[in-house]
Amino acid sequence: MKKVPIARILVIIFFAVLLAVPWMVRHFTAHAKAGDNPGSQAALARYGFSLQEVAHASGIDFVHQAPILDSKLDGIMPEVASMGASVSIVDYNRDGWPDIYVTNSAVGSKNHLYRNNHDGTFTDVAEQLGIADVNQPGTGVSMGAVWGDYDNDGYEDLFLIKWGKPELFHNDQGAHFTRVSDQAGLPPWINANTAVWFDYDHDGKLDLFVAGYYPDYVNLWHLRGTRMMPDSFEYAKNGGRKYLFHNLGDGRFEEISAKVGIDSRRWALACAAADLSGTEYPDLFVANDYGVSELYINNHGHFHEAGKETGVGFAPKSGMNVSFGDIFDQGKFSIYVSNISEEGVLIQGNNLWVPQAGPALKYDNMASDLGVELGGWSFGAQFGDFNNDGNLDLYLANGYISLDRQRNYWYDFAKVAAGNSFIIGDAANWPAFNGRSLSGYQQKRLWLNDGEGKFVDVAQAVGATDTYDGRSVALADLWNTGSLDILVANQSGPLLIYKNTVTPENHWIEFSLESAKSNRSAIGAEITLYWEGKEQLQQVSGGNGFASQNDRRLHFGLGKNPKIEKAVIHWPSGAVQTLDNLKPDRLYTLKEP
Amino acid sequence: MSQPAAQSNPLLPQTAAKLQSKGGTSPASQLNPYLPPIFITLILLVGNLSFGILESYSKTLLAIATAITVEMVLGRIFLRKWPHPASSYITGISVGILLRSPAFWPYALCSALSIISKYALRVRGRHIWNPSNFGICAMLILASQAVTSLSIQWGNNLASLAVIWVLGSVIVWRAKRLHITLTYVVCFIALSFLRAHITGDSWQSEISPITGPMYQLFIFFMITDPKTTVRSRLGQYVVAAAIAVLEFFFRLNSSIYAPLYALFWVGPAALLIEMAIDSRRAPAAGVPSTSEQKAARA
Repeated sequence: MKKVPIARILVIIFFAVLLAVPWMVRHFTAHAKAGDNPGSQAALARYGFSLQEVAHASGIDFVHQAPILDSKLDGIMPEVASMGASVSIVDYNRDGWPDIYVTNSAVGSKNHLYRNNHDGTFTDVAEQLGIADVNQPGTGVSMGAVWGDYDNDGYEDLFLIKWGKPELFHNDQGAHFTRVSDQAGLPPWINANTAVWFDYDHDGKLDLFVAGYYPDYVNLWHLRGTRMMPDSFEYAKNGGRKYLFHNLGDGRFEEISAKVGIDSRRWALACAAADLSGTEYPDLFVANDYGVSELYINNHGHFHEAGKETGVGFAPKSGMNVSFGDIFDQGKFSIYVSNISEEGVLIQGNNLWVPQAGPALKYDNMASDLGVELGGWSFGAQFGDFNNDGNLDLYLANGYISLDRQRNYWYDFAKVAAGNSFIIGDAANWPAFNGRSLSGYQQKRLWLNDGEGKFVDVAQAVGATDTYDGRSVALADLWNTGSLDILVANQSGPLLIYKNTVTPENHWIEFSLESAKSNRSAIGAEITLYWEGKEQLQQVSGGNGFASQNDRRLHFGLGKNPKIEKAVIHWPSGAVQTLDNLKPDRLYTLKEP
Repeated sequence: MSQPAAQSNPLLPQTAAKLQSKGGTSPASQLNPYLPPIFITLILLVGNLSFGILESYSKTLLAIATAITVEMVLGRIFLRKWPHPASSYITGISVGILLRSPAFWPYALCSALSIISKYALRVRGRHIWNPSNFGICAMLILASQAVTSLSIQWGNNLASLAVIWVLGSVIVWRAKRLHITLTYVVCFIALSFLRAHITGDSWQSEISPITGPMYQLFIFFMITDPKTTVRSRLGQYVVAAAIAVLEFFFRLNSSIYAPLYALFWVGPAALLIEMAIDSRRAPAAGVPSTSEQKAARA
């Protein structure tokens, strides 16, 4: 028998051990995940909260209708028509109860504004208020909505994001909405999926940023040709242009993006604004599909793109969400950007950009370290303290196209996405879907922040068990109970309302802000709450997540027996207000002094 | 102790020098030994500076450092000398480019598996898998939750592709292995049309993969690897075509990493067949088989 040297045997054994490492890694470092739903009482006891889906019981039976585009795209219609379901929260009639606006996306379909009846039910009032029939033939269809009081009359106005004619509706004191798009000077057509209200120049009037996805010249219902797809899967720059509409104060807006340094043709899917750089002016974060994210630093009204220098714009992925959250209770926003992860095919991983210590604005992606990296084909996400324990948790919607469960489109998708721009950029070259799924039927993630640097997925355990194709996520305390409810708009699926029941042991506090010198919506106002050695920052947002907007009221969980030290409000005007003697379990309605 | 080959990857300095010293007619003898490492480094730098193809430099450096370190240690143990780092450098950099993962550990593990496979998986003194092909396939199969291979990155424009094709063609032409690359490419294209006919998809979609970046390393570095390809020119034609044919069937079965898997199976099979043929001929001629000579030289 041939003699095998001992060294060789040892190498072979070592080799075998190395081959087993992936299994060991999977086994021992799999991200913490709670089991199936143990029942609401058990979830309440174990995690401090439980969710119950109550849309139908609340009188809402909305099912989103996807767009049907030019027949030249029939083969890949599920992909090109895969967005449009959105949900945003607004108290349109100032009654102190959050209302719900959802978009529909088939030509001729209607959007809905669900007025809160204060008794756990909602009534659709969109038709009577004039903001339902907004997807008429020839005008494009809705992709999202953001609310802001652009004329400072105290009522939230509506900007409708469309693949088509963008629309601005003035809120006539909660009694009716008047279409003012033409007077405002909006362009005839933008294929956008995201927009945000913010006061970029601190003049006290809300401005509007709109980021295009498909180029403006593309009419998706009347294509001149099929060369309208991205020219690269990760480096595309042939998407829609960006708009910054400066509010002139008389109902008109002036488009000034180029003048202030914003010039991009990336395929934007999500954007949000916050003062990330500490200049007291709101910066813009844009998550792009088919490319890197962009971070526009606002230097007193002029922007420069700092994605690479801050670290967030280096690795190209498929950005579909921007959410800000002070997850470490340290007075700084981290940024969550969702991407695509499909085992064995494409592991982009979602990004959690955590600011580095030090004066320079730099971010590290800590999604993997904290356990919030892998969701699926992820879209909207929101930070919120769902169990009122004082730590911000994270809800993430997943799932792209759910058709035939047994057959998937991934091979064909990867085949074409790998190709040269002359192939990928032409829809005619993409193989037909033929009823196949693409990352369909995916579970959602509800990552509970343990406050010590780890997130645990408890979605199934607490009752977030749907597998619809989730898109837009919005948070609101819908029933004024001191708990954050979760609303999810699903593509070609129902609007879901997860009513949240939180253990009474954990306490909370909420703030409703109204500015006087700043924009009246107080968009951009920041509150830093100090309690029990913690310091949590939140801000009033003019749109965030994916095609969504949370309630403007800010909700803080406080944990057990909290003693609140103070709350410091930074109003957009620059005024700083400190509040002492705050009591938990109350909503504070505040006006800028 | 058997003597594993220190080198395995494309057209290496030591291999070229040894073959030259024996008056061999290896294609590698025509090649500047530093061209392949320079070329693959160029791919990396151009790709990253132009498009940011790497998740980070640190992951690629980890892959390279791991490959070189493991090679040095095992070379010292089995060869009793310090191996030339060119081979392991190329393996490491290939892993750094081809592997995609948000985590660090897959880069180190893949490089280690690639290099150790040369020492652990041997038949008659030869390793039979292209190291980086083995490492990446192993990771794709065993660690699918954590890794994918570069298949959609690096832009999609013609200019960068043309530069690599021209440079790569010159390199393999100088190494007298261009016929392997061209055979594979011609077969791939021909079979793409056949696939389009069978599937009903556009021929552009079937051609599409070869216009992407993953194929650049595959075509110029993996299938031309002298240590894991057969010797005869006819055999090289046949093996290149066989890889394309097996890939064809994998693709019909919707395998995303079809070329890597095809090489994973065809490459070793071809070498084993060559060894079997050699050993049948050798006793008849009363001389050591050529594969044994090759192992002895290595």
